[in-house]
Amino acid sequence: MTIFFLLLASVTLLLANSLTKKDNFLANENTETTTAYDDPFSKMMKVLTHKRCVNCHPSGNRPRQGEDSHYHNFNVLRGADNHGVAALRCESCHADENNDFSGVPGAPEWSLAPLEMAWEGLSRVEIAKSMLDPKINGGRSLEETVKHLTEHELVLWAWEPGVDAEGNPREKPPVSKEEYIKAVKEWAAAGAIIPEK
Amino acid sequence: MKITFNINGKSQSVDVDEHTPLLWVVRDVLNLKGTKFGCGKAACGACTLHVDGEAVRSCSYPIKFAEGKEVTTIEGLGEGDNLHPVQQAWMEEIVPQCGYCQPGFMMATAALLEKIPNPTDEDIDNNIVNICRCATYYRMRKAIHRAAEIKGTNS
Repeated sequence: MTIFFLLLASVTLLLANSLTKKDNFLANENTETTTAYDDPFSKMMKVLTHKRCVNCHPSGNRPRQGEDSHYHNFNVLRGADNHGVAALRCESCHADENNDFSGVPGAPEWSLAPLEMAWEGLSRVEIAKSMLDPKINGGRSLEETVKHLTEHELVLWAWEPGVDAEGNPREKPPVSKEEYIKAVKEWAAAGAIIPEK
Repeated sequence: MKITFNINGKSQSVDVDEHTPLLWVVRDVLNLKGTKFGCGKAACGACTLHVDGEAVRSCSYPIKFAEGKEVTTIEGLGEGDNLHPVQQAWMEEIVPQCGYCQPGFMMATAALLEKIPNPTDEDIDNNIVNICRCATYYRMRKAIHRAAEIKGTNS
């Protein structure tokens, strides 16, 4: 009987310890998320690391698609001009606006980001550094980068992503468009400082 | 909304909802039945035709974007004694089985040959990604190479 109670007490202690650790873990995670969410750089990067952006900033020659960022169906490839290959252009299916009947997304200049601007697999710091490097960002100044990030229709499509082929709405970035634009401008105005991590 | 465009070389105006798929207009308004409906999601390619020379999946192409453009369907590719090299090659190689998806494949191939006159097998794999449930892919590959030969000889 004593052994039974000892065992019961041990199990209870282990369970309590495990739950406490889990609670602490979640608390830390939430605290970090909240902290990270508040500064302009973090707000901006929460958007730029979202699948709506990264799916078309692949590290290879195949776009990604969907909420699980799988390779684009039908062996779709980047092509020489980032608009697809000879007879399978992005424009073969993607128009200047979403098509909610077929579920094909669309926006002006629908295409992949150049390979130099591949974001897939990069940290938020690496992405930010690449955005500011005129040697790989298409020669853009900070002002031009901000304009691209806050005004380009293809970028802003992320908040109007339409529905998929099954009619389900695509996920939007975790920060509103207005908050994101404000964050990008605030970050740039404060010197476009990129944190160490 | 009134939309005006050229189809198979002739000017055409239609008065339809601007979001109507080009495929609907081609088949149901203009009565050109060669272009086929497959999936309605731009996935299978059965509805492929050309808009300003580019292969386009017309089931997902709102008619408003066709304004002022040149649309070519399988009927406009060639007919009778004036067949396009792709159509000739398709006949020589006896490609179709049920045939339903073939116009889309032929239009995609015609667009490919304008950009890549002598495609390799890899070019074909990368560009011609339509779906054929009869799995006539092997014969199509032969026909695409044959079409390139015929086109090269004719030009």
